[in-house]
Amino acid sequence: MNAVLQYAVQGLAAGSFYALAALGLAVIFGVLGVVNFAHGAFYMLGAVATAVLLDTLGLTLWWSLLVVPALMFVFGVVVERLLVRWLLRLDPLYNFLLTFGLTLVLVELVKQKYGVSGLPYQPPAILQGRVDLAGVVLPRYQLFVFLFSVTICVLVWLLMTRTRIGMIVRASTEKPELARALGINVGRWVTPVFGFGVALAGLAGVLAAPFRAITADMGNNFVIILFAVVVIGGLGSIVGAVAAGFLVGLVEAFGQAYAPTFAQILIFVLMALIILVRPAGLFGREEAAT
Amino acid sequence: MKSTQIRVGVAAVTGALLLCACGGGPGSSGGDFTGGKLVLAVLNDQTGVYKDASGPNSVKAVKMAVADYKKKYGGAAVVDDIEVTSADHQNKPDVANTKAQELYERKGADVILDVPTSSAALAVATQAKNHHKVFIDVSAATTELTGAHCNKYTFQWAYDTYMLANGTGTTVTKDGDKNWQLIYPDYAFGQDMTASFTKAIKAAGGTVQGSIATPFPNDNFTTFLTKAGSTDPDVIGTMQAGGDLDNLVKQYNQSGLKEKGVHLAVGLMVINDIHALGVDQVAGTTFTDPWYWNFDQQSRAWADRFRQETGIRPSFEQAGNYSAALQYLEAVQSAKTDKADAVVHQLEGKKINDVFLRNGEVRAQDHLVVHDAYLARVKKPSQVKEPWDYEDIVTTIPAAKAFPPAGQFACSM
Repeated sequence: MNAVLQYAVQGLAAGSFYALAALGLAVIFGVLGVVNFAHGAFYMLGAVATAVLLDTLGLTLWWSLLVVPALMFVFGVVVERLLVRWLLRLDPLYNFLLTFGLTLVLVELVKQKYGVSGLPYQPPAILQGRVDLAGVVLPRYQLFVFLFSVTICVLVWLLMTRTRIGMIVRASTEKPELARALGINVGRWVTPVFGFGVALAGLAGVLAAPFRAITADMGNNFVIILFAVVVIGGLGSIVGAVAAGFLVGLVEAFGQAYAPTFAQILIFVLMALIILVRPAGLFGREEAAT
Repeated sequence: MKSTQIRVGVAAVTGALLLCACGGGPGSSGGDFTGGKLVLAVLNDQTGVYKDASGPNSVKAVKMAVADYKKKYGGAAVVDDIEVTSADHQNKPDVANTKAQELYERKGADVILDVPTSSAALAVATQAKNHHKVFIDVSAATTELTGAHCNKYTFQWAYDTYMLANGTGTTVTKDGDKNWQLIYPDYAFGQDMTASFTKAIKAAGGTVQGSIATPFPNDNFTTFLTKAGSTDPDVIGTMQAGGDLDNLVKQYNQSGLKEKGVHLAVGLMVINDIHALGVDQVAGTTFTDPWYWNFDQQSRAWADRFRQETGIRPSFEQAGNYSAALQYLEAVQSAKTDKADAVVHQLEGKKINDVFLRNGEVRAQDHLVVHDAYLARVKKPSQVKEPWDYEDIVTTIPAAKAFPPAGQFACSM
């Protein structure tokens, strides 16, 4: 019983990280309809920036959690203005191809600059070691990731559903004509929303630096899992991405414990089963699936 | 007048023929060298996960060997036109197969060197056998190259999974860590390593409590580590490599297993892995190393030259490529031809001591190159005196003990 509880706690901790990492993907698709395949590359850039900032400026994890998302926001704004903007009105397939190409370029540039072996990173001493929660043991850093990710997920959800900005953004995307008729400048919100999604990917990268390999390729495999997360949750649904993130974390943890070699395949089996039952995903709107 | 010209002409031709017969200067190469030149091809990973450990810097190491050969023999070299070419096999056996074919057939390669990734190396070995051309594997570890898939034209220069397992598995078990849990990526290399480790551990009086196969690639090892730690082993042996090793080591450090006294042993670690992780993450980890740049004055002097060429310190794979190219050239010098059968004959049974091989011997029975190996321990950050100064050599494993005895893997050529 204790073992099951242990795996469940680890699954929830991993799931919180998946939820946070998938959040930006869900926001960008939900608001802009862009299938952002470069999300993994943005996540990688966040981690690489974290390692480089520690090495060059001595910037600790705490500072990186603020500075890197800000830098990534600016980067996202530039990418949107220069590239994504021109394809917004076209078939989403064009955006997919653009962001896929962007991934290849970014990964190659990082390889050229920093090689393929990865960058070292030393996390803060306070997050080392582990905590014992009534017999269930969790690395202290995992507990931090869990608390931090849940907080960010709740804040993003509140931002999108409870604030004026969030409502304007949602109105602009869900009923653009009506929003325009009400005097809302719909186009104005596209750039900051994309930047925000990229900043969230960068934030996940910062969190990853202490417990994952910081390499140019680190986002390649990861982005596929994140796509599984947003598809399970319902493309574009923030609540769906968070719920699916936790679900995927749990499936992976129990898979690793009881069917190790199938741990990753199980995630995609889960995805297939959910699409069979609910084509739009757990929290997706039916029209999103058509 | 005309007869004088004819006489001078005949004398000149006779003289030239005489020189050739003596096997003298560079001008003699044309007849015994296909296309009048020697072509060394480095086939490896130029952009992917093994780029730093071998990659373009292995090509530079081979060029260093060519320069050293020319310097040593000067006008007495049997061939002066030596070309070094390279190709990227992307770690894929099908690409390696096509590239090897192209190198042997169209680019006139006399020898293919390096070839990381066991499945790719096995494909190249088959091409070497079919083309009757030499292949010297440096970076792939499977014992099949000198076992079930051995052939007359294929050599294994630096290491194999037996050596890695025998060094680390045996030594760590004898040092007191008797109970093991193994975590390995579920593909050829991981399976091969796990089988070799299990055998070595049991032979040394240890127990393998469990071996956990993991997907490849894999980012999250948390639950695998918890599962491995649940039987309270003395040590967890990991066969992960590259980015996956990086992930696993970081997550092991955070898992609290270290504080509980569960050690970590790594099946295969290249110096670039330590550099990527940072010494603090892997301090104290034991592993078997075929070569270390700061082992003695001779290796250090060569590493200094390598640093001038590349800006960094060499991995064992890069040093291995230098050695393989240099000894191949020496064999060509003795054979006075690039014909593979003659060169192979020169290499077989040869005893070698160079920058890379200590007490080395090219075993004639299976073409495995046996040499001294080293049990290394990663230094603590406080012990590191200069960049890339990462390893303490704990023990030298003598050549005779480091590698499998001849005949162990049923090679018939």
